[in-house]
Amino acid sequence: MSKQQITVTIEYFAILRERSGLSTEQCTTTAATASELYGELEQRHQFPPFDSLKVAINDEFSDWGSQLSNGDLVVFIPPVAGG
Amino acid sequence: MIDFRITDQTLQPDLWRKELDDPSCGGYVTFEGWVRNSNEGEQVLHLEYQAYERLAVKEGLRIIQEAASSIPFQHALCVHRVGDLQLGELAVWVAVSSAHRDEAFRACRRIIDEVKHRVPLWKKEHYVNGDSGWVNCEACASHSHSA
Repeated sequence: MSKQQITVTIEYFAILRERSGLSTEQCTTTAATASELYGELEQRHQFPPFDSLKVAINDEFSDWGSQLSNGDLVVFIPPVAGG
Repeated sequence: MIDFRITDQTLQPDLWRKELDDPSCGGYVTFEGWVRNSNEGEQVLHLEYQAYERLAVKEGLRIIQEAASSIPFQHALCVHRVGDLQLGELAVWVAVSSAHRDEAFRACRRIIDEVKHRVPLWKKEHYVNGDSGWVNCEACASHSHSA
């Protein structure tokens, strides 16, 4: 049984943008959750471990266990430092 | 009115205070966050802010709405700058007007504290010694160097 593939868009900021060299990328993946997706990207781009990050899906804060859908926009959020 | 805005232009408190002008308000409190010349013992040359703008505006607005639900003020505006900033420039401006001063002080404090804690904004400092770094991301950076 083959795992379902979905295509998602990822936007990168701050340290993740520097590490990957990308502001955005499209990913076709079998990852079912945000954390699975990050696992793939962590390897590819030498990202920090996910426990220091938050995640947003479709411009709202989400849980790492959230299911991904085709066409989702995913943003991994490093520790914030505004103000 | 309440609003939260992101801009890459120089902040203009003198222009924006008009938006909080209200004859029913006796108190007006503002906070300015300035770019300072040092952080954790390092001398800062200049810095830059980045925002995940769509979510930053949503979350910033939520913060002000939450403050409004428990503190009776009339108007609040927060504007945060992104891009490259020099020492002494304004990075963020919060203003609150209310009938009485107590609410204005409390709301202003609460808004800036929550903005710093929750809004997806990031600050990169550039130091005199040539180094640079994303604030609060030391753990991220060193962790992956050891991988």
